[in-house]
Amino acid sequence: MASESATISSDPFARRFAALRARGRKALVVYVTAGHPDRERSLALLHAVAASGADVVELGIPFSDPLADGPVIQASSQRALEGGMTFDGALELIARASLDVPVVLFTYLNPLLAAGRDALDRAAQAGAHGLLVTDLPVGADPALEARLGAGPLAFVRLVAPTTPAPRMAEIARHGSGFVYLISRLGVTGERNDIAAELPETVARLRAATTLPICVGFGISRPDQAAAVGRIADGIVVGSAVVRAADESVERAAALVASLRAGLDG
Amino acid sequence: MMTTSVMHDRFGAFGGRYVPETLVPALEALDRAFDEAMRDPAFTAELESLLATYVGRPSPLSSAPRFSELIGAPVYLKREDLNHTGAHKINNTVGQALLARRMGKRRIIAETGAGQHGVATATVCARFGLQCVVYMGEEDMRRQALNVFRMRLMGAEVRAVTSGTRTLKDATSEAIRDWVTNVTDSHYIIGSVVGPAPYPRMVRDFQSVIGREARAQMLETAGRLPATVVACVGGGSNAMGIFHPFVDDTEVELIGVEAAGEGLDTERHAASLSRGRPGVLHGTLSYLLQDAAGQVHPAHSVSAGLDYPGVGPEHSYLKDSGRATYVAVTDAEALDGFRLLSQLEGIIPALETAHAVAWVAGNRGRWRADAPVLLCVSGRGDKDVMQVSELLADQP
Repeated sequence: MASESATISSDPFARRFAALRARGRKALVVYVTAGHPDRERSLALLHAVAASGADVVELGIPFSDPLADGPVIQASSQRALEGGMTFDGALELIARASLDVPVVLFTYLNPLLAAGRDALDRAAQAGAHGLLVTDLPVGADPALEARLGAGPLAFVRLVAPTTPAPRMAEIARHGSGFVYLISRLGVTGERNDIAAELPETVARLRAATTLPICVGFGISRPDQAAAVGRIADGIVVGSAVVRAADESVERAAALVASLRAGLDG
Repeated sequence: MMTTSVMHDRFGAFGGRYVPETLVPALEALDRAFDEAMRDPAFTAELESLLATYVGRPSPLSSAPRFSELIGAPVYLKREDLNHTGAHKINNTVGQALLARRMGKRRIIAETGAGQHGVATATVCARFGLQCVVYMGEEDMRRQALNVFRMRLMGAEVRAVTSGTRTLKDATSEAIRDWVTNVTDSHYIIGSVVGPAPYPRMVRDFQSVIGREARAQMLETAGRLPATVVACVGGGSNAMGIFHPFVDDTEVELIGVEAAGEGLDTERHAASLSRGRPGVLHGTLSYLLQDAAGQVHPAHSVSAGLDYPGVGPEHSYLKDSGRATYVAVTDAEALDGFRLLSQLEGIIPALETAHAVAWVAGNRGRWRADAPVLLCVSGRGDKDVMQVSELLADQP
């Protein structure tokens, strides 16, 4: 599937979102931490998540100091590191999983820098399609961003509720694949309510870009998935799935299936 | 939006603003507010007045006759230990609290390791009536229970950090997480010349009062500039503060002393500049203790204030440009320094400062009678006497 997508379109995200649009569907983006709960179950989880209805998988590279993450993903990262997970270990998982949905590498900058200048080429070879760097905002390091953007992966950039409209356009110009909109102030983790100002933020971002908009942070339940799916092109669920995976892969798969059902109404 | 120039953000290749997008507008606003405040005579006048009447500045420059005799060169001590709260940390917290008030932020967040920066932050928050939340590693709270009490006494809320290594590194991450969540009404007072721009430059500028005073005091007392300036380096704020006004005096040698812990060739030290390699932690690109995979390596030092795996980006720049030299001394040598300054000068230094003392005392061959040494006494050792009395139990 990966090689097929390469011959049909250089951007598997564009194809995926176009196909969803044609069917009137919204994208379900699911985050899991590479190596959590352990290497083998991490592989099983990737398969289960894709089979249960994820359109895009974000695979987190564990980092010792994940300052954008809440307790659930912090703990999963620590556990993955204790199990010996690395950048190239994550690539090996991607290669072994050989998923038929696009995979985005979700990483902090330091492990990516340590992985060397050909890290993204190795990632593409393993079957990754996108890159998201939590702590590399647009404009922070133009030379590095240009190098990463010129690589073989789509470069997914983040927009926050605090981002002013002109900067939203700037961010979208420097990104590809889709735009990840952070739904609220704070770190990753489950919340009861969706931020009240979210529809307004989505509308502002919509005016600034033609890229698909996926909303993440705080979404954990089917009803939340449905609500956010009505205003965005996709939703991202991370902590809830990781927490379910702490119990079992089956539990995580069931959650993904219920989110899929919620999103599809 | 992209108005901040790269040079403004960086020290050579180091520094920058590697943070989650949510914080970018807040850091840009802070950058502008700081520059405006420093150009506003009313702000700088209030800062100077508080430094004089509340902190107790200028801090004295003491001669150190017996220490001087020992090493064969005149030693001058810049006495930051005599500041209110007992260390240089308050120079920065007074400045940032004034800035927070000016920006309309009523809630203050801080991280602390040994508790000195936490105490200095709680102090200014009490003085200005600001809400104060201090993140402190659970392990450090146990080791520095007295400072936890001080902070709470002054009305601060001390939150235990149980993630990661439960020390300063994790307290800093947790403080940043709080700031990402409460960025609209909170200001984060970082305690050292680390973190994303503009913090390294801002903290340096607030701490530069140390070097400005010391430079003038040297000219007045010794009739010349020091040949060498020595300071300890963890994150590096007292060192940056005393170095900065001397950077253009190219004849003045600048020496930063890191913590070699149990030895530079062991896994247990905090010598980021001596043994680390460039990497990104807490929003800045600088020398960093890390493994081959880019995972941050926990630091170790007998001194909690030096126990940080990163270092201020301007120090990385001063190292690579050759303007400053960075050395390291072990826990054991620092304990010798702690005793030495106590016994020769009647000044009990902080364990952090004791590293700088130990390096000066341990390199006797390099000093000359006509080349004065300026040493920054970054803080006093009252906070450390319990710990040292246990460590030195069998050596009176």
